[in-house]
This record gives sequence, C-alpha cells and structure tokens, in this order.
Amino acid sequence: MPVRTTTASQTIGPFFHDGLDHPAWSDLTAGGALGQKIRIEGRVLDGDGQPIGDAMIEIWQANAAGRYDHPEDSQAKPLDPNFRGFGRVGTAKDGFYRFTTIRPGPVPGRGNAMQAPHINVTIFARGLLKRLVTRVYFADEPANAADPVLGTIEDPSLRRTLMAEASVAKSGSLPIYRFDIVLQGKGETVFFDV
Amino acid sequence: MLTIAMLAALGHHDELKLHIRATQNTGVTQDEVKEILLKAAVYAGVPTANAAFKHALKAYSADGEGGHAMTESSVPYRHERAGTHPPYLHAAYGSTVKRAPSRAPLPLAQTLSETTGPGANGWSWVGAEMADLTRQHKGTPIGERMIVAGRVLDEDGRPVPNTLLEIWQCNAAGRYIHPNDHHDAPLDPNFTGAGRMVCNERGAYRFLTVKPGAYPWRNTKNAWRPAHIHFSVFGPAFATRLITQMYFPGDPLLAIDPIFQSTPDADARASLVAAYDPELSEPEWALGYRWDIVLRGRAATPVQTDAEH
Repeated sequence: MPVRTTTASQTIGPFFHDGLDHPAWSDLTAGGALGQKIRIEGRVLDGDGQPIGDAMIEIWQANAAGRYDHPEDSQAKPLDPNFRGFGRVGTAKDGFYRFTTIRPGPVPGRGNAMQAPHINVTIFARGLLKRLVTRVYFADEPANAADPVLGTIEDPSLRRTLMAEASVAKSGSLPIYRFDIVLQGKGETVFFDV
Repeated sequence: MLTIAMLAALGHHDELKLHIRATQNTGVTQDEVKEILLKAAVYAGVPTANAAFKHALKAYSADGEGGHAMTESSVPYRHERAGTHPPYLHAAYGSTVKRAPSRAPLPLAQTLSETTGPGANGWSWVGAEMADLTRQHKGTPIGERMIVAGRVLDEDGRPVPNTLLEIWQCNAAGRYIHPNDHHDAPLDPNFTGAGRMVCNERGAYRFLTVKPGAYPWRNTKNAWRPAHIHFSVFGPAFATRLITQMYFPGDPLLAIDPIFQSTPDADARASLVAAYDPELSEPEWALGYRWDIVLRGRAATPVQTDAEH
C-alpha cells in the first residue's frame, strides 16, 4: 500500500505563459531529426464550439524507428540523438496550435500486441482542474486496424476523434495532419484515463 | 478478475495462466492478481492458492511459455485514490462548465507510451540561477522574501530524482506580468515570477522568491484567489505529469476558493498547503516554507513468494 497521497492536480490557470511557454518547443525537429517531417495542427474548442486561446498542449512520442528516448525503452531499435520526442505549445487566441515533428514508428503495447504509430497528448487549460490525455493516430495508417487501444473503441464516430487527417499541403510545404481537440459536446474528443 | 479467483480455487492452472496473461491487456496489476489469489487462499485453502501463486509467477516471468515478460517498464503507475484529485466538472469554478468533457475518460492500460516520458536527456540547459526569482532584473523585487523547498517523492516515499520543476506566480501585490492580467495592482519592474530547476538525485528542490499576493478574479462577485505558486512537474513518465498549485498556511481565502476546494478529500487538499519551517528560514534574510510533491508510484512490486512458506 502506498504511504503517501499523490499531490492533487490544480488548474494551470490563464497566466502560465511566462513560466512555461518556450516557442521553440513546438518544433521537435529543430536538431535535425530522422524520419518523415510533418506538421500536426488544429484548434482546441470548448463545449460551445468556441476556441480556447489559453490552453497548453504537450506531446510525447517515439522516434521514426518506434523507440522512446527513455531508459525504460529497451527495444533493440536505434535512438535518434537529434530527437527527444517532447513538444509543448500554447494555443493562440483562435485556439490554433501547431507542432512540427516526425511521424513516429510503431511501439509495442501490452502482451505481444504492437500499437499503431501514435503521439501521446496532454492538454492543460484554465477550467481544467486536471490535465486531459488523448492520442493522435494517423488516419492514413494501415496499422490502425490492429491497434489494441483503438480496438477498444467500437463507435466509429468516437474513433474518428483520434484520427489526424492529412490535409492538402501547399506544394513544397510539409505534410499537414489536422487534429482538432474538442473538450466537450459535438465531436468531443475521446480522452483517456492513463 | 472473478475468473482468476474461480480458476485458482478449482485448480485449473493452465487456464489460470491464460487469464493472468490477459489481465496484462486490461490493466489489472500484479498486486491485484496477488490479492485475488490471497483471497482464494481464504476460501479454497492454502495449498490450492500456493499452487495458483506458482502458476501466476510463471505467467509473469519471461520463461512463462510465451507470456509477456513483466519487466520494470511494463509495470503501470497507480491510479488516483478516489477523491484525492479534483473532478473535471466543478460548477463552483465557472470555467469548468464548458471545458469539462461530458464523457468519463476511457481507461487505457498503460504501455511503453505512458511509462516512458520526456526529460531523460532533456534538462541540461536549466541553470542553477533560474531557481532564484529575486535576481532576474537590475534591482530587488518588492515583497516578503521567501524560500520554498522540499522534495519530489513518489507514493511509496521514494525520491523522484532529476526531474524538471517549473514555477510561476504573481508579484507581492497580486499582479502577474502576463498581458492578460488587468488587475489594478502595480507591476514590479524587478520581478517576472518564473523559475525553473531540476531537482537533485534525492528529489530535493529549492527556490528563492517573494511571497505572491492574493488577487481578485471574476469567478463570482468579490472572489479572490488565495496566494499561490504554480508548480509544473514531470516525474519519470508521461503518466506522472502534474501541474498544481502550492498554497500558504493560515490563508483565510482557502476556505472559500473553489479551485482549492475542488479536491474532495480533506487530507489531499491539506497537502497542497506548504508548512512554515523555521529551520528553512534564513536569519535576517528570508522566510522558509517546506512543501513536498508526491507523484504516482508504481502499481506493482515483483510478486512475493512468501505464501509458499
């Protein structure tokens, strides 16, 4: 039995930017990461469909080979010294956010299952007394069909909220994947209790 | 879990192993399986339960006939105890009403994605000077100089080493430097209110700052936030990420603050309040407040075999 109670979560509030925002952290590829460079972008919306301009989003992901930069990932896959897998960005007034990153490789799940490539997402905001957690999957990824987490979500309209859709990029620009995060109501994103 | 108990009691060990392996996909922990088998011992007799224990161990071990090895990295972090964290919807805090999801979050059995996390090689740019919020400008900030120090621990009391702490706060007059803070209190040209540090290998941290003031907010008429310092902590994994607020002892606003009061459990609330610590105070210099941060611990330790004796 644990001997201590975990410190309770409290809201990030509206005034976190001076303490937490590092604009450079929205580009995970700045050091020259290996893999397919992409953009993940979208808007964060509330229960009225209104943009949330004071949210902070963090992402954590494996490298292009499907390995996390962490001592507990002991897979026999290469680490990428130029890719740490962590990003953070604050939303703009119109709720918009954008990460530049690489498309992650697949990582193992529980048992012998493999997970489809995904990006782990945390959302903090005023009005969120504790963080929300979700995952970005890639709508054009064949491995989604066998993903054990997606497999627990039967309703296709719910699964769809976890799918980043490729959108038409201007020629010469990076592939763009669109991922809106809806905290409540119509199109509400599936959040996870991890 | 019921199935495991019945199979253990009936002595169907091959099936038992199969079901124990299946628990690894549903988030049932080794500790929970252990508990079930201990209960089975009460009802089905100790010899039967002992045999079941041996088979459970096999299912968890790497040699267990194809069973997934229960390595350290696949041991999940514990879930929050009921009432020790706030709910998403807390109507007294108005901003939750349109931002709290309407569906409960879906349980997700932790994988490598959740038991790993940022920072393993990432915080070397954080310099010692960033922990001193009183020396970021030409002059000295106005206010009650204070030290806040403590340790980052897990639920089992073990230190969480080398993790990044980020703090931010308003100045002594109750005003954030943030452009959206329109409270009619003076800005302090010598105070930004942001600090960072990486705690040491024993989980210890220490910031020097000035005591933040209380400030009004528009949640309800004449609402004031109690003085607080925002803390952001990573811990070892994606699963342990925490953002919270530290409060001060004896603050009359705590009793009526809907953010502080949103956590149902009184002990959990109390642990958000720092303690004045005369040992930490420095004579003729600064008051000391001690505050420990407790992150989620791991749900399981390796299965003990004591029951065999």
